[in-house]
Amino acid sequence: MSEIVGSKSETLSHGHDVHKHRDVQGAKLGMWLFLFTELLLFAGLFLVYATYRYFHPVQFHNAGLETHTLFGTINTMVLLTSSLTMVLSIGAMQRGKKWLAVTFLAGTILLGLIFLGIKYFEWTSEIREGLYPGSPALLNMSDGEILFWGLYYTMTGLHAVHVIVGMIILTFMLVFILTGTINQNDYIKLETAGLYWHLIDIIWIFLFPLFYLIN
Amino acid sequence: MESQETNVQTYSHDHAAESKHAEPIGYGTYILVWLALIALTALTAVVSGVNLAAFTVVVALVIALTKASLVVNIFMHIKFEDFIFKIFLSIAGFTLIVIFTLTFADVYFRR
Repeated sequence: MSEIVGSKSETLSHGHDVHKHRDVQGAKLGMWLFLFTELLLFAGLFLVYATYRYFHPVQFHNAGLETHTLFGTINTMVLLTSSLTMVLSIGAMQRGKKWLAVTFLAGTILLGLIFLGIKYFEWTSEIREGLYPGSPALLNMSDGEILFWGLYYTMTGLHAVHVIVGMIILTFMLVFILTGTINQNDYIKLETAGLYWHLIDIIWIFLFPLFYLIN
Repeated sequence: MESQETNVQTYSHDHAAESKHAEPIGYGTYILVWLALIALTALTAVVSGVNLAAFTVVVALVIALTKASLVVNIFMHIKFEDFIFKIFLSIAGFTLIVIFTLTFADVYFRR
């Protein structure tokens, strides 16, 4: 084993960025700290949801029946699959397979786009039914239902903004791989971008049952 | 094992920690985790149709927590990271539990 390690070190010592200082652990810890602030942002909204659900259980139940469970379920699977292609992209980069990494990353961005597309059809159909914040149909409903739909648009909307931001970040990563800034020996940017993408997935994992299932 | 020192050029004083960054996890592991996540999603969607009364919320949240822990541990690599990452995550999780517990206590006794 020591022989293999030795030969690896030797080849690496001839690499172009041998003396470039990088702190991989520090970069990841920094990203995690940022993710905690994101978690707190959404936790606040989940707290509001839980509190109002406690005060208006029946109205939340009835409003929850109106959301499109099928759209929600498909979108959950789309996002979970995008998380898979994300880790596969990092795995491919670790093995030095640049084009495989590019393919998986492009797939991740495409799945993000599909998620937003389904979201578009979902919201369009709800808005057509007159269910949007401040709509006459909604204002005639009970307080609990107004709160449910307000939280629905706020939370899934804020989540969709995160998906858009995630897609922009991943597009930059795609360019970085193509230009060689991200390569087999330095792929920390891709890893931290992946962490952000997975956080978006995790938030959706909790949004899905609360708005589409518990009813 | 042969990929242990791939990141040697980062000249971290802690080689053991660096090796974790370098050692790729098999594609198969990721695909298995993904299959489990899809299966759990199907399960939670099906179970929601069954009337479990008060347990509906509990079952849905337990499944969501299981899915989230799979993503955090495997996809986000927490299982393979240094101990400090687990401490970080525990502090964040503990903070959230405190915030939720205090708020729920307030809401419950206010009524």
